Amino acid sequence: MARMKFLCDADRCIECNACVTACKNENDVPWGINRRRVVTINDGQPGERSVSMACMHCTDAPCAAVCPVSCFYTTADGVVLHSKDLCIGCGYCFYACPFGAPQYPRVGNFGSRGKMDKCTFCAGGPETDLSKTEYEKYGSNRLAEGKLPLCAEMCSTKSLLAGDGEIIAQIFKERVIKRGYSSGAWGWQTAYRETVAT
Amino acid sequence: MLVRYLPMRAMLVGSALCLLALLCPLALAQQPSSVNPTADSVKEQDLLKEFHKVQGRGSIPDTKSYVIQQPAGRDWRKFHEVTLHWIGGTAILGMLALLVVFYLFRGMVRLETGRSGRTVVRFNAFERFVHWMTAVCFITLGITGLNITFGKELLLPYFGPEAFTEWSQWAKYAHNFASFPFTLGVVLIFLMWIVWNFPTAVDVRWLREGGGIIGHEHPPARRFNAGQKMIYWIVVLAGGAMAVSGYILMFPFYETDISQMQTAEMVHAIAGICFIAIMLAHIYIGTIGMEGAFEAMGSGRVDVNWAREHHSLWLEKQIAKGHVSEPSPPEGSPAPAE
Repeated sequence: MARMKFLCDADRCIECNACVTACKNENDVPWGINRRRVVTINDGQPGERSVSMACMHCTDAPCAAVCPVSCFYTTADGVVLHSKDLCIGCGYCFYACPFGAPQYPRVGNFGSRGKMDKCTFCAGGPETDLSKTEYEKYGSNRLAEGKLPLCAEMCSTKSLLAGDGEIIAQIFKERVIKRGYSSGAWGWQTAYRETVAT
Repeated sequence: MLVRYLPMRAMLVGSALCLLALLCPLALAQQPSSVNPTADSVKEQDLLKEFHKVQGRGSIPDTKSYVIQQPAGRDWRKFHEVTLHWIGGTAILGMLALLVVFYLFRGMVRLETGRSGRTVVRFNAFERFVHWMTAVCFITLGITGLNITFGKELLLPYFGPEAFTEWSQWAKYAHNFASFPFTLGVVLIFLMWIVWNFPTAVDVRWLREGGGIIGHEHPPARRFNAGQKMIYWIVVLAGGAMAVSGYILMFPFYETDISQMQTAEMVHAIAGICFIAIMLAHIYIGTIGMEGAFEAMGSGRVDVNWAREHHSLWLEKQIAKGHVSEPSPPEGSPAPAE
């Protein structure tokens, strides 16, 4: 069984934000919600690094553990999804998430949070696969169509890899060997408790 | 087409190569032989070791999103799911067990001299209103607050997911709205009773004799005894801590970052649990723990004998002021003529 993961090769990311745009478009993400974002470290200086970050679909997801209403579930592929019908918008998943993946629409005054929204690995939600309600609530379900997340598909430099963990780790390893250096698989130690051995 | 441009291109390439050949020794002399900015750039582990988070610059207005890794989230998860469960279970169940055992051994503290039929005003209407407003809010806040931590363990298996979510959603609203009258109540309690709650020498003796809870001593006390003063200060300080941390949680990221939010939640959870445990003891003593105690906050008047046994110094003052009522007529006798 495939275990889906994301890997952003920070040595290749050029901060083009194609992944961000692709995600927003494919999933009809509302204003103010950013499922995926690109962050640049040491901007403008030599050794500038850009990393594209969304939900990492962690092993033993902390968001799922702290949810007071247990609205999360992990699919057989290792994709961490949640039910917007059960979510009460308490915000705890954001405190627990090491990657800041959960987003909340602003539906009321002060700090009112609406239903949590986050990257679904383009795998939809608990509604029936490829139904209209699933699209309206969670965005597209590309995995059900046998496709991979659009952010990785649209990446201009193929720095963002998405798919079976073994396969993308292998691709990354080959790149590292070829170029002779690597900044590592960002987030893998925290999300999956493993690094890509190079 | 290409043929016409060839000489031009050849010239350009030729001059470029000459330029390079001229500059090469110059360039080599000035730069070190191997520099690879990409290879030398900062590594994830270095950033984590130094800052305990990985943060950069993003291009969207949400500045929270510039933190791309805060592993502290996993530590906070462990606190909330494991540590807090242990603290909460121990504190609350422990206190309940303690109270049950105490009641079985000591029983209700009885009025040894019996009821006199004469009463004295203990708390006026405003004081009682503030107390009950705060108390009802506290119960609401306590139950809805505990739901966040323990609800999925204790209630979800019996309610089912949809019903539990519905209940939790309303519990969240109740918690957030009840916080306002509760905070107001704590402030009013602080202001209206502070004069009587400073520690004095009378309290030292009262504490030394254990307040008379064990045995049959009745150490003197003023309006509030040392035990009540402790409750007063716990309510003010813990209530204050709950309000501050609670409002930080209710206005998330207005002035705080992620680690400060996590700290606010931890303060709110631990102070809340301890507050609940202590209030269980307060509720015990004010209801089944002591005969004649509840009416102080219920009707506002207490029996003179109760006052003499438990707040003798306060009663002396009330008598001197003429606040004690006349004895009620014995049954069967005619009412005194006007």
